[in-house]
Amino acid sequence: MSTLYEEVPPSFAEDVPVRRVELTVNGERRAADVEPRLLLAHLLRNGFRLTGTHTGCDTTNCGACTVLYDGVPVKSCTMFAVQADGHEVLTVEGLATASELHPIQEGFKDEHGLQCGFCTPGMMLAAKALLEENPNPSEDEIRWALSGNLCRCTGYQNIVKAVMWAADKLGANAESDGADDAGDASSAEGAASNAGGEG
Amino acid sequence: MALDEIKIGGLGASRRRVEDNRFIRGKGNYIDDIALPGMLHMEILRSPLAHARIRSIDVSAAWAVPGVRMVLTGDMLAARNLAWMPTLSYDTQAVLATDKVRFQGQEVACVVADDPYIAKDGCEAIVVDYEPLPPIVNPTQATAPGAPLIRDDKTGQDSNVVFDWEVGDRDGTDRAFAQADVVSTIEMHYPRSHPSPIETCGSIADFNRATSKLTVYMTTQAPHIIRAAVALVAELPEHMIRIVSPDLGGGFGNKVPVYPGYVVSILASILLECPVKWIEDKSGNLISTGFGRDIYLKGEMALRNDGRILGVRMHTDSDHGAFFSDAQPSKFKIGLMHSAFSCYDIPAAHLTAQGVYTNKAPGGVAYRCSFRVTEAMYFQERMVQAAASDLGMDQAEFRRINLVRDDDFPHRTPWGFLTDSGQYGKCLDLGLEAIGYEDFLRQKEEARQRGRLLGIGISTMTEPLGAGNSREYDILGIKMFDSAELKVHMTGKALLRTGAKTQGQGHETTWAQIVAHELGIPAEDVLVEEGDTDTAPFGMGTYASRSTPVAGAAVAMVSRKIRAKARKIAAHLLEVSEEDVEWELGRFSVRGAPDRGVTIQECAIAAYSNMPDGMEPGLENNAYYDPPNLTWPFACYIATVEVDPETGVWDVLRVVAVDDCGVRINPMIVEGQIMGGLTEAYAMANMQFITFDEDGNCIGSNYMDYLLPTAWETPGFELHEVVTPCPHHPIGAKGIGECATVGGPAAFVNAVIDAIGDSGVRNIDMPLLPDRVHEAITQGHDVSGAPPVRSEP
Repeated sequence: MSTLYEEVPPSFAEDVPVRRVELTVNGERRAADVEPRLLLAHLLRNGFRLTGTHTGCDTTNCGACTVLYDGVPVKSCTMFAVQADGHEVLTVEGLATASELHPIQEGFKDEHGLQCGFCTPGMMLAAKALLEENPNPSEDEIRWALSGNLCRCTGYQNIVKAVMWAADKLGANAESDGADDAGDASSAEGAASNAGGEG
Repeated sequence: MALDEIKIGGLGASRRRVEDNRFIRGKGNYIDDIALPGMLHMEILRSPLAHARIRSIDVSAAWAVPGVRMVLTGDMLAARNLAWMPTLSYDTQAVLATDKVRFQGQEVACVVADDPYIAKDGCEAIVVDYEPLPPIVNPTQATAPGAPLIRDDKTGQDSNVVFDWEVGDRDGTDRAFAQADVVSTIEMHYPRSHPSPIETCGSIADFNRATSKLTVYMTTQAPHIIRAAVALVAELPEHMIRIVSPDLGGGFGNKVPVYPGYVVSILASILLECPVKWIEDKSGNLISTGFGRDIYLKGEMALRNDGRILGVRMHTDSDHGAFFSDAQPSKFKIGLMHSAFSCYDIPAAHLTAQGVYTNKAPGGVAYRCSFRVTEAMYFQERMVQAAASDLGMDQAEFRRINLVRDDDFPHRTPWGFLTDSGQYGKCLDLGLEAIGYEDFLRQKEEARQRGRLLGIGISTMTEPLGAGNSREYDILGIKMFDSAELKVHMTGKALLRTGAKTQGQGHETTWAQIVAHELGIPAEDVLVEEGDTDTAPFGMGTYASRSTPVAGAAVAMVSRKIRAKARKIAAHLLEVSEEDVEWELGRFSVRGAPDRGVTIQECAIAAYSNMPDGMEPGLENNAYYDPPNLTWPFACYIATVEVDPETGVWDVLRVVAVDDCGVRINPMIVEGQIMGGLTEAYAMANMQFITFDEDGNCIGSNYMDYLLPTAWETPGFELHEVVTPCPHHPIGAKGIGECATVGGPAAFVNAVIDAIGDSGVRNIDMPLLPDRVHEAITQGHDVSGAPPVRSEP
């Protein structure tokens, strides 16, 4: 008996409802047969072994389980896996490419934006969503965008600096990448989605 | 030429953290990330009532849930003599309840199943018949005549009192009060709080029948102590137990004690002969595991009109919950409460303390502090503010008059500790200058004329950090030393292991910096490992800001042992006598001929290939370090606030922190610790507390009720430093991880009380919720935060 069946399902007990979900995770198509009550966080963690998505509070408050769902930050601990059927999910494992860290990851390391590291994946994904929408956020805009994510170690100040660091780096990348682009904002956006590497 | 210490990542380098490389990729290895083949999952059924007799437990429906493999109750444990376990405070604690439940959330039964969802289904199918009993939620109720006896399981326990304890000079203090011009008194409650790391507790027990080996992956800050505890409780041979503490998603003291979930997962693994994983949910963590604080103060100060403090009296009533399972390493019943007023020059002091049982969760822990130090310093700084106010003195001037002076060290504190170093006045002055004290007082007065309430709060304190020395500390008789083991490989790279256990403090980064400082081996060439009892040297773990003072000292000491052996090898290689060998960072050279030298790396190769005759091969050693004293960092925290008189809402304007933690190994990490601590201080002052209703229902059982500050509310912090090296620590460092949590809350509360000073209010209990502040302003009286008690029916 199991709530979660991996990609090749065993024979099911007759009375357990099962649904197939097909979704794109970090650019790869994945499928699983799951009980409808299975949470998305648990599919990612236990089904696909993407354990960088953490579950902290079970009540949508802490944001450790934040993933990008069609580019929008959601808390995967209060979403059913079946709701992700046909959608795209980006987890922390999809931030870096094989050879390169995402500037947000670099920023968190360089500005000491993490200590125990448990809230970090959710923080970074919330920050990514912010920077794609607003490449040059103010301190207040960063604080507001991250206010759905709790951190107990750092006191946030360095997290804010990490996001600013990433914004600067993405802006600089955009300038060097798209020297012939006219507008700053559009080129910065281009760099943000390129650097994501999620394809 | 000598190495540039900063370039090799030595002392003082703000080296970027090694551990981040895995955390930023989502490749940390936290307890719930570990999956073993054939692993089953355990869930706990908890009591919905605070105090009730168990009439019966019917588990038959749980066994019938497909996928359930085992259901465990207190009776099953009792048959194996495991229904109760010893606590770290010489009491007993129920593992699974047999006779009564004594707090809401107490562990009643466990279900092991194929997956966690099914285990939860199994828990829901269990039927428990409870006979409710009257609950007790605070010390007044606990000690009232005719109060129901909570611990009727203990022979000889005929009241709810856990202990009565006193320390200090009663007669001398009485004399001081007799000579006082003014006696200042204040009463307050430091509310129950919860460390609440984002990651909860959990364990995976894996008993292998074929080898008789028990491996337990566990969220623990002190793996070796757990190994000893498991050996004693489960009566298993200690060498066949391996405790592995993986990456921890925060600890803050919450992950020091032994919890029932750990114990039952171990038993289930032994019975089922397969790995059993238990991951606590957030609610379980908040309602049943180690809380902090929950202590009441009656404080009195004897004062002279010129501002001198003549004496201090404190009485505390502490609420320990249903079992006295405080996870504290001091030899004193009320921890280090008597470290209060250590930064002030006070001739006489007396402390009495009573602890009681209540129908609340047990397991008081040192939530980001040495035990009870947070309460001690909060009470101290609130009493100091009230005293200055009673004398009509400026709060900064009152502190300056009474702070221990730089030339008074070593200084015997009023309750007998020995402080050894500090520049208290300099820290205070630096803080006042940074905040612009005189200017702010003018602004405050101008604002008052326009009906706006501004306030400024100061908190100055030194606190005992380190645990130990072994004179003042042990855990169940085990002395509070710590350890380090250093293996320098033949290519000059090294492996360092310690008995501490990082939870975000960055040991993998900073320990390597100490090695770099002592040996000149670049920090990047030193791999640091902790947390596995099969490989790490025996140590007491990480809490009480003890890692740098104790394990960090051991790292320096083992490095020096390695250097001493390398010096002999160097003499052999250079063909001179050892006395003619000189050390500079990373290199030995011949006295008078500095061009002739060998590097530490060349000594390492020689240790395996060309050692002197008669010398043992290899370049490996270990050190066990029992510090001669605690370390005594000093801090001055200053906050300015504006209070809205209409709503009671208060906003932080500025926070200035001056910390003197001696020599800073990695300034970036030190500042990270201070900012994190200030945030928890702000949280406690503003919103974060766990209380109970009249029926003992926990208010604060999830993150919707237990409020933690986000990036939006949390103020910015301005940090400053003073460096007074610790005279007894090998590299002059003092503890820092907890200073801001300890000293910070009083700065915020003092600021709010200062802002509403005209109302005559002396105290509002934390957290300073808007309704409490509003009540104080409009009613002009102190506001208590003690849990309410049902009036007689």
